[in-house]
Amino acid sequence: MRIEINERPVEATQGETLLTAIRRAGVRVPTLCHMEGLPPTGACRLCVVEVEGQRGLIPSCSYPVYEGMKVRTHSPRAVRARHTIVELLLSNHPDDCLYCVRNGTCELRKLAEELGVHQRRFTGLSRASRVDVSGPALTREPSKCVLCGKCVRVCEEVQGVGAIDFIGRGSATKVGPAFDEALNLSSCVLCGQCVMACPTGALHEQSHVKQVLDALRNPEMMVVVQHAPAVSVTLAEAFGLPPGRDVDGKMVAALRRLGFHRVFDTAFSADLTVMEEASELVHRIQSRGTLPMMTSCSPAWIKFVEEFYPGFTGHLSTCKSPQQMLGAILKSHYAESRGLDPAKIYSVAVMPCTAKKFEAGRPEMIHDGVSDIDAVLTTRELAELIRMHGLDLEALPPEKADDPFGGRSSAGKLFGATGGVMEAAVRTAHYLLTGKEMDVLDAVEFRGLEGIKEARVRVGDLELGLAVASGLGNARALLEQIQGGRSDLHFIEVMSCPGGCIAGGGQIIGVDPGAITARMKALYDIDARSAVRVAHRNEGVRTLYDTFLGEPLGEASHRLLHTHYTPRHVIT
Amino acid sequence: MPTLQVILNEHPHAGRDALIPVLQQVQEAQGFLSRGAITAIGRHLGLPASKVYGVATFYNQFRFQPLGTYHIQVCRGTACHVKGSLGTLESVQRLLAIRPGGTTKDGLFSLETVACLGACGLAPVVCVNGEFFAGMTPEGLRRLLDTFRKRGTAHDPGT
Repeated sequence: MRIEINERPVEATQGETLLTAIRRAGVRVPTLCHMEGLPPTGACRLCVVEVEGQRGLIPSCSYPVYEGMKVRTHSPRAVRARHTIVELLLSNHPDDCLYCVRNGTCELRKLAEELGVHQRRFTGLSRASRVDVSGPALTREPSKCVLCGKCVRVCEEVQGVGAIDFIGRGSATKVGPAFDEALNLSSCVLCGQCVMACPTGALHEQSHVKQVLDALRNPEMMVVVQHAPAVSVTLAEAFGLPPGRDVDGKMVAALRRLGFHRVFDTAFSADLTVMEEASELVHRIQSRGTLPMMTSCSPAWIKFVEEFYPGFTGHLSTCKSPQQMLGAILKSHYAESRGLDPAKIYSVAVMPCTAKKFEAGRPEMIHDGVSDIDAVLTTRELAELIRMHGLDLEALPPEKADDPFGGRSSAGKLFGATGGVMEAAVRTAHYLLTGKEMDVLDAVEFRGLEGIKEARVRVGDLELGLAVASGLGNARALLEQIQGGRSDLHFIEVMSCPGGCIAGGGQIIGVDPGAITARMKALYDIDARSAVRVAHRNEGVRTLYDTFLGEPLGEASHRLLHTHYTPRHVIT
Repeated sequence: MPTLQVILNEHPHAGRDALIPVLQQVQEAQGFLSRGAITAIGRHLGLPASKVYGVATFYNQFRFQPLGTYHIQVCRGTACHVKGSLGTLESVQRLLAIRPGGTTKDGLFSLETVACLGACGLAPVVCVNGEFFAGMTPEGLRRLLDTFRKRGTAHDPGT
């Protein structure tokens, strides 16, 4: 059909929203509450436009197009309405922008600038509300909330968790967990997708920057750092470089200049995880153990199972995540073989994730008061440290990570994207079961951003039913099928965030949706170019087994690399 | 009065569209919505507790504390407002140290505001356990509360 936007003809399709047509026509109408792929709520009213024949202004995000409609997106009336909405949102908004974690990435601030709001015309009662620091990874600052509802929707509709919702009504409305309790009592799994959705500083991670700086300045401490597979293909975006650029070497150089004594690669311990997890899968299949086995590297997913599906904890692989495996090796074997006191090693992980902060603090990950991981920085926090130290990432010459945990196969690197753990594990499980490498390593059926991907793969005499879910809502759907009696699956990979760690809750905020695809492509390009593409050919991992661990699932592995899960009682 | 479980059993296979009727029935039976009731309703209807609590707090009709022995309704309708019911409400709040929706710690009094009791000729009007009291000035109200205090022993406020 044909409609008219700002006196120009535009082709539109029956059933699409006016906002979609407006955007396609190259016109930007601001919104605070619009979420691609979710039903519109029309909450913020910033997308209002004038439609000929309609008396009131029309919220374009939730209004369908019709033949011949004539739309003016920036009429004086529409612009004035938007201006007033932003003024009203600012009327009770705290004035501490200079100190705000979202200074620079705040959508409200950007809107105020775009719409030319330069003074406070209305003064609303400031909403006295306590800052909630109870969550072991996330902080809520309700005074900065603009009630757009995006956090509520992503939590319920995408993640299937529903830890938070609107409470009360009118000017007293706020967003919070059931019974207005603190986050730590709620079913929040700390995935951080709400942080990615929040337009302001109302939701953010609990910063570990200060602890890390203190450790770096402590001459008694040896500070080691590991970085997760998804970080090197994302970090560049924080410095205005195009998405999808791998800055692995430059990041290693930056970490050294920040003062870290050793720089290791979490993809190394991802290879280690593949060895243990593939062995565990083979063992479960051969010994008729609990199947399907489910991956355990995504800590929000683990918490989700412990809270909502405690009956499924036996399905979770007992393997610790790559972060925790490397942490455990560092504070035991590594310290011992170099004559270091584990208490004098400060172990930092750079992660695309907020839930990793929670994982590092789990009691199972702390032995005699010594944590396997002492601090977790998100990709954002690493960018902050790099800026703080005046490092020009682009100009740094690339450097290599340190031995003995700096070398990786590209299988471990694939852990950054949904389907990557599956692909890496299948490559090694095939080798373990048949003694031969797969003819074709690329498992394209597990690649891409689809929420649930399934395939049946022949390994020797066995046909394995494999499924990959990303986004906890999709994982829940899969669990419900299994609870309903589905029994054709052997192995399930779950990543809590839709798209996997490349779209994790600790990643760069405010990027184009296409950036996720670019990051994913970067990982597969690395894999395609790599000389070593299977975890069991990682020389460092082999050496570690030869000199210390013995064999996968052996005694040392059980002590250091495996863990257990406990049902959690929270308000669901 | 039916128990929570009986009420839930009356709504087999119900979903989110049954939420408000279920909340109303449970409050009718129990006098308020307890935490246990809210989470149980959520589980029965397949909704997170945050959603049930969110919907319940949106509507004025739901309370989250048990009723007191004496349930005080202060009319905040137009006529009562003109006749000074804000002062009446403020003095109840001050004297009992509770807000609308709340119950005193001893379980003796609970407070609620209502939009209009339909007795505008008696403004400002207060209703206690269904009994109307006319022209409730702050001073008259203080005496009224004293009378009830002498009359009634508190029951267990419950949880």
